[in-house]
Amino acid sequence: MLEKLRLVWESLPLLLQGAIVTLELTVSLLLVGLVLGVLVALGQVYGPRPLAMLMSAYERFFRAMPILVLLIVVNFGLAFVANTYQWDWLRLPTFAVAVLVFGLHSSAYQSQIFRGAIQAIKPGQLLAARALGMTRLQAIRYITLPQALRLAIPGWSNEYSGVLKDTSFAFAIGVTELARQGWQIATRTREMFLIFITVALIYLVLTYLGTWLLELVERRVSVPGLAGQRREEHGRVI
Amino acid sequence: MAVSSNIVVRIEDLHKRYGNEEVLKGVSFTVRQGEALAIIGPSGTGKSTLLRCINRLTEPDRGRIWLEDTEITSPQTDINAIRQQIGFVFQDFNLFAHLTALDNVRLGLLKVKRLSKREATERAMQELARVGLAEHAEKYPAQLSGGQQQRVSIARALAMDPKLMLFDEPTSALDPELIGEVLQVMQDLAEEGMTMVVVTHEMGFARSVCDEVIFMEKGVIVEQGPPQQVFVNPKQPRTRQFLGKISELYGGT
Amino acid sequence: MGGHNPHPSPLRGGGQKGEGRSEEGGDLKQFLDCQVLAEGSFLRLACDIAPRLLQGTATTFQLTVLAIGLGLVGGILLALGRVYGNKPIYWVSTAYVQFVRGTPVLVQLFLIYYGLPAFEIRLDSLTAAIIGLGLNSAAYQAEYFRGAIQSISRGQMLAARAIGMTNLQAIRHVILPQALRIVIPPWSNELIYTLKYSSVAFIIGAPELMATGQVIASRNFRYFEVFLIVAFIYLVCVLVISKLLDIAEQKLKIPGLEMR
Repeated sequence: MLEKLRLVWESLPLLLQGAIVTLELTVSLLLVGLVLGVLVALGQVYGPRPLAMLMSAYERFFRAMPILVLLIVVNFGLAFVANTYQWDWLRLPTFAVAVLVFGLHSSAYQSQIFRGAIQAIKPGQLLAARALGMTRLQAIRYITLPQALRLAIPGWSNEYSGVLKDTSFAFAIGVTELARQGWQIATRTREMFLIFITVALIYLVLTYLGTWLLELVERRVSVPGLAGQRREEHGRVI
Repeated sequence: MAVSSNIVVRIEDLHKRYGNEEVLKGVSFTVRQGEALAIIGPSGTGKSTLLRCINRLTEPDRGRIWLEDTEITSPQTDINAIRQQIGFVFQDFNLFAHLTALDNVRLGLLKVKRLSKREATERAMQELARVGLAEHAEKYPAQLSGGQQQRVSIARALAMDPKLMLFDEPTSALDPELIGEVLQVMQDLAEEGMTMVVVTHEMGFARSVCDEVIFMEKGVIVEQGPPQQVFVNPKQPRTRQFLGKISELYGGT
Repeated sequence: MGGHNPHPSPLRGGGQKGEGRSEEGGDLKQFLDCQVLAEGSFLRLACDIAPRLLQGTATTFQLTVLAIGLGLVGGILLALGRVYGNKPIYWVSTAYVQFVRGTPVLVQLFLIYYGLPAFEIRLDSLTAAIIGLGLNSAAYQAEYFRGAIQSISRGQMLAARAIGMTNLQAIRHVILPQALRIVIPPWSNELIYTLKYSSVAFIIGAPELMATGQVIASRNFRYFEVFLIVAFIYLVCVLVISKLLDIAEQKLKIPGLEMR
């Protein structure tokens, strides 16, 4: 028993290294998804019809595609194209591939969160901004976005816990994040259950730590009378 | 309140249609500098649409509008530059929900007029003081009463140094006991010589504060004249009918 | 439940194991088949591997249906535990739900497939995947059911007790029938979700659609093209089933009986 505890203790540095990669991956993909998601949402709400339809198709595609499948297809696809055309710059590190694919996937979900938030803002807000002489872009920048970003925090928190767990799929393309780090230790030591339960507990801490932090942020930036709303994550409600 | 002969706004033959319904059927009038013009009439007769056409928050279908020498309706006109010169006060305030009272007033100064932060703050505080809300500068809209919110929104419009103020039923969304404070601010403005167009159901205000009254119905101007004439001695039977109904409802004007 | 020794290696971890397990004897023939496929156009490839991929798709559906069914039963029990259970039952079901929702399904599969043999429980990869995905889904479904049960007014329970029903009878005849209907929209989401996430099973070597693609690709080395076809199959399945669920939802709707 004591021996097993020692094994866990000795594995911790490596596992925490993996956890850091997992967090780096999560944060990077959320940022990529945030930027793209906001653009997609703006395109859907304010864009001309063809653009709005294109953005909807984009969203539908990424929501229908299993993320693991997407990850593997793109990973092989990039290698395929790089080989065929001898484009060496396309041989991205797997971490970058993961950020790209997870980011695109997340942007489809984040765009829905932001679209909901934008549509929750009363039309009079934009009207008042235009009446002051603001351009459309200024009005979006100074009025729509600050309000929508606040309204989106609860949905974003759900998205965080969703993608944090999804990053474990980066295992499949060889990113040494928490799950793969655990897998390597587990196969070396043959203590599968022990190591994986430790890995699971680290994920558990990361999930609840993150959502707790976002709750703090939400309270921090909250404006009296501007209430956020719970939204769904990856089709699952948290 | 001296009304000069300089014309601030001229509107010619304004038309607007929503689907099958023509809400403005050729409206023309002028507003002179320092004049306070009231537009009255039954609900849904195009008064608010008319007001929104003046700063093109609603695009008119036909007709022309000038602000002094600039034609607002010309496609070459930079509408955002025009809107800076026209203050607009909404029925439901539309204060920016994520900003304090001060920031609501300051935002246009900073981002549209590009004043420095210090200048903008100074100016915004002046305007808040003018509507009697200096001590509420740090409050958010949801922490203010309806009357206070509307006064902030007036301060927000005034801060831009407008040549003209448009009021779209500014007291209709307010509880009765809060109407007075807003009307008082508007009356002060009129007495200081601000050029303003007010769509309102407050007949007392139209009668005692405004220099000119327009009675509109079904997209046309039925009658226009000084309040004495329109209220005491209306020429059109429709005007008389409408005023009669109003005084029945509100116990005289 | 096979009695194999489960330590195959996922993807890049080394050689591919577990793939030929379900079709012993046919290996050589398939190997030769696939050699042929190393040449030829994309369309040709698609036609040639379609039958095998469809087999994999069938396994994917089997996996999805069994997992969602297991999750349904587990989810209802967990939800009842969280709403009506006594303290110990409440805490156990809550802890279970929080644990599962706070950890990746991949790690859960690893725990079941690689971890359980430490307790002399050995499952073959498909069984492990069904149980893992089912137990995972149960935690999420529990939350849908809990929400649904809690949105049914207390008056319903009181009325049932007033005509002499026991607590259990009231739950069975009054609360659950309503909760099941309310929960249909989020539940159909969950079905799609499980279908998509069933692809995880291939990492432990369950012979579903992804794993079938992996087997083919590892022999003809046309990874990208094979997985592109696999992805296309997933896309079509998800879109078609979403549409069907939408239609079913419309048909099953009861006026006035919605979440909140």
